[in-house]
Amino acid sequence: MSEEQIKSLENQFEARIARDEKIEPKDWMPEKYRQTHIRQMSQHAHSEIIGMLPEGNWITRAPSLRRKVALLAKVQDEGGHGLYLYSAAETLGISRDEMFEQLHTGKAKYSSIFNYPALTWADMGAIGWLVDGAAIINQVALCGTSYGPYARAMVRICKEESFHQRQGYEIMLKLSQGTQEQRDMAQDALNRFWWPALMMFGPKDEDSPHTAQSMKWKLKRKTNDDLRQQFIDQTVPQAELIGLTVPDPDLKWNEERQSYDFGEIDWDEFWQVVKGHGPCNKERMAARVNAWEGGAWVRDAAMAYAEKQQERKTKQVS
Amino acid sequence: MKAGIPLNETMKNNLYKYILGIADNSLILGQRMGELCGHGPSLETDIACTNLSLDLFGQVRSYYQYAAKIAGDDRTEDDIAMLRKERDYLNVLLVEQPNRDFAYVIGRQFLFDVYHHLFLMELQKSKDLTLAAIANKSIKEVSYHLRFSTDWVKRLGDGTEESHTRMQEAIDQLWTYTDELFHQTEADKEMVSEGIGVDVTKLKEEYYNKVAEVLAEATLQVPDLKYFQKGGKQGIHTEHLGYLLAELQYMQRAYPNMEW
Repeated sequence: MSEEQIKSLENQFEARIARDEKIEPKDWMPEKYRQTHIRQMSQHAHSEIIGMLPEGNWITRAPSLRRKVALLAKVQDEGGHGLYLYSAAETLGISRDEMFEQLHTGKAKYSSIFNYPALTWADMGAIGWLVDGAAIINQVALCGTSYGPYARAMVRICKEESFHQRQGYEIMLKLSQGTQEQRDMAQDALNRFWWPALMMFGPKDEDSPHTAQSMKWKLKRKTNDDLRQQFIDQTVPQAELIGLTVPDPDLKWNEERQSYDFGEIDWDEFWQVVKGHGPCNKERMAARVNAWEGGAWVRDAAMAYAEKQQERKTKQVS
Repeated sequence: MKAGIPLNETMKNNLYKYILGIADNSLILGQRMGELCGHGPSLETDIACTNLSLDLFGQVRSYYQYAAKIAGDDRTEDDIAMLRKERDYLNVLLVEQPNRDFAYVIGRQFLFDVYHHLFLMELQKSKDLTLAAIANKSIKEVSYHLRFSTDWVKRLGDGTEESHTRMQEAIDQLWTYTDELFHQTEADKEMVSEGIGVDVTKLKEEYYNKVAEVLAEATLQVPDLKYFQKGGKQGIHTEHLGYLLAELQYMQRAYPNMEW
């Protein structure tokens, strides 16, 4: 293809996005668009899978049968989200095995929030309420993204996530209505998860290298800082409602902006965790790599069995 | 029971124990499957194992809620699930065996599912309408469990040399716990005579036939074993159960008398 032809395709492509048309797998797309989507969608899928670990940890210790069943259902949903997101990413010409490979070698990232430990039962509440809450804000913005398979996966995922968020908040509500020990447990979980949840929206706009291009492709429809503000404005009153204190001494309602002012995020901590040195980065990765390597013989067996079945069928026909 | 029929104390105790004998199997197996979450050999099997665990705990809740009602005091489903002592759990030894590898997970599931399915088919006919209804609802889920574990026994048995060896080893090791499935406690016998319980001794032949059929298709040998383990139904367990209960009961023990 000549440079001129490519330029013309690019122009048509940009025009389609500007008209809010969806881009589908078989449509022509610039290589950078494809790569950016593979990066973001696989990162998103990996986050679902890694996200199963801190919560999966608490399945065996859930305090009641009702909570155990709800937690199992939640973690199962996350596995399901991982499945659709991997499938959606596969439409861009990358296999699930390749994506796993990128995760296991550290080439692909996942949401840093899952590198924080889930230490008490209240963390199941905090994760549902804050982490799923932050995820929904990011994801609602993605339901209108330009890549069709991703946008459709997001619509489905958002419905389930908002259920998870309510479930998490309900855990916190119950704790806040409980004994002093339970209220302390809830406050402690909020203290530990508040700042990492704010970090889920990524670096400040001025430090976010991909924002401009992603906004143009409608892969992002709002900036990191806008989404973070939206999360804070929505979550602070929820904390107040159940008598919990957001651990930010600088948090204050700004009448003029009709929004909360908030304190400075510890960006050193943010980068430390992103670069692989958070409290649980190594454990999370080891758990995934062990599951993958330890399960190789099972996947090989399934493959060998399917091949034998196929051969038997072929023989029967002939 | 049909509404309105008063139960005498002995009958009540027997029915209560009988329900626990059924439900504890699902509780302990559900707990074992729940340990695997996030660590499965593939995303699909991970989701399936979580789903099995979820189904089993759902069944457990129905049984324990009913048992709590029979007991007629202020105990709840969670008290029954989490506040008994080790010797009071009545599950069979098979379901408490640990997740040594995926072949053990599948072997344990399969050897239990074949039994569970036959058992629920009969329990549906119970004169106790609550138990019959729980059986009727559970059997749909358990049919899926049985299909899942049967398919995997075949895949692993007739897959690669390594998977065949591992699957055979798991079946060989777990076989010793199968005979107990068909033992009857005093409560069982009472409930059978009342037309409430299932006579498990009558399921034995069909069980071993079905298992043998699948093992043959999976190119696996039926173990030639003459000695079997028992004790779970009397609350005498393997050493594995204590650790499982420590996790299961942790919150209820560490934070007693609280609502969650």
